[in-house]
Amino acid sequence: MLEAHDLAARRGHARLFSGMGLRVRAGEALVVTGPNGCGKTTLLRVLAGLTLPDAGEIRLDGERRAAGSPELRAASTYCGHAHAIKDDLSARENLASLAALSGEPADDAALDAALDRVALRGRQALPARALSQGQRRRIALARLALSRRRVWILDEPATALDGDGVATLEALVAAHLERDGLAVVATHAPLALPAARSRSMVLGG
Amino acid sequence: MSGARPQDADGERDGALAGLAWALARDLRIALRTRSELAVIVAFYAVVVTLFPLATTPDRNTLLTLGPGVLWVSALLASLLSLPRLFAADFADGTLEQMALSPWPLPAIVSGKIAAHWLTTGLPVVLLAPLAALPYGLDGDAIGVLGASLALGTPILSLLGAIGAALTLGVRGAGGLLALLVLPLYVPVLIFGAGAVDAFRAGLGVDANLSLLGAGLIAAAVGAPFAAAAAVRIALD
Repeated sequence: MLEAHDLAARRGHARLFSGMGLRVRAGEALVVTGPNGCGKTTLLRVLAGLTLPDAGEIRLDGERRAAGSPELRAASTYCGHAHAIKDDLSARENLASLAALSGEPADDAALDAALDRVALRGRQALPARALSQGQRRRIALARLALSRRRVWILDEPATALDGDGVATLEALVAAHLERDGLAVVATHAPLALPAARSRSMVLGG
Repeated sequence: MSGARPQDADGERDGALAGLAWALARDLRIALRTRSELAVIVAFYAVVVTLFPLATTPDRNTLLTLGPGVLWVSALLASLLSLPRLFAADFADGTLEQMALSPWPLPAIVSGKIAAHWLTTGLPVVLLAPLAALPYGLDGDAIGVLGASLALGTPILSLLGAIGAALTLGVRGAGGLLALLVLPLYVPVLIFGAGAVDAFRAGLGVDANLSLLGAGLIAAAVGAPFAAAAAVRIALD
């Protein structure tokens, strides 16, 4: 279970939110929506530990954890606006490299399966600069397919994906929730997640 | 579900080594794919070194005196030229975020990146030194001392430069600011590095200069990755 109490954050001098609380149980997805600039990305970065909040605390399984503490990092996968993809490496190399970096190294069979899952198998040897935006986003999806971390923090994961890609994303998140994982997803495009397992939260506005 | 266990010293060390090896291997692989960028830096070094004899005088004694200083200043400029590449690309494409979130310690990953930076920009300069010293008429032993001082000194340039590169992430006009920030830090390295060759030619021992460079290298290798990693976290916040 991931909880946050009394979170406050600002960007520059603008206060984005304060007194914000949230609770996501195992097997549950929290979908964060709201207008541009309301602080969705900042909230997710705070939860991932990239941005320090002005105030408030984060609890994982009831234990208070400092933002960005090793315990939080070891429990979560963050997928941001930038996909962390290197133009000069192939899709497969990018995926293997990212998986190792996040502490979940994958063997050849797992890489094959993940690339299959996102329909990039035929393109896996091409340097990433030859891929389209949507295909690059699919590499990020393949990383999710490999991740068994409990907490997924996804910032606009559907950007640049086609209908097929969005369906894959939805299936990946649904499978993650089935495994008792939990997810916090910021999105503009409505995602078809299992209704019983997802809640939504509107920021700002 | 395994992860970093910070209370476990062995696990911490293994994680640090794994992080260092990962970053080193990845940056070297990317550098090999973008060889032209590296060639530009080596070519820059070669051109600057060649310009001085053309611009000053063909007089043998003057060149002999100028040589070590010119070679060192050129090495320093070549290092400075390559520094923005160290973190900027990873910052722009989000890799730096993932590095900060990795269970491996960030200073270890940064160390690996710095090591790759030296291997791809510092080491070629060291290896090129005997050739670059030719126009200045340095003899074999003097070239040996110069090579030794460069081998000890150029890693310090990469280490100190990494702090500057991390501090100027996301700043407008980062290149110029980086030079202003880092060049003063390079001064002691320059003095002891070029000084080693001068001391040798004057018949004095070179031990003192090289020992100081070695001590500087150890201090920088221990401290700089932590400072650079802290600066990276600030840039990401």
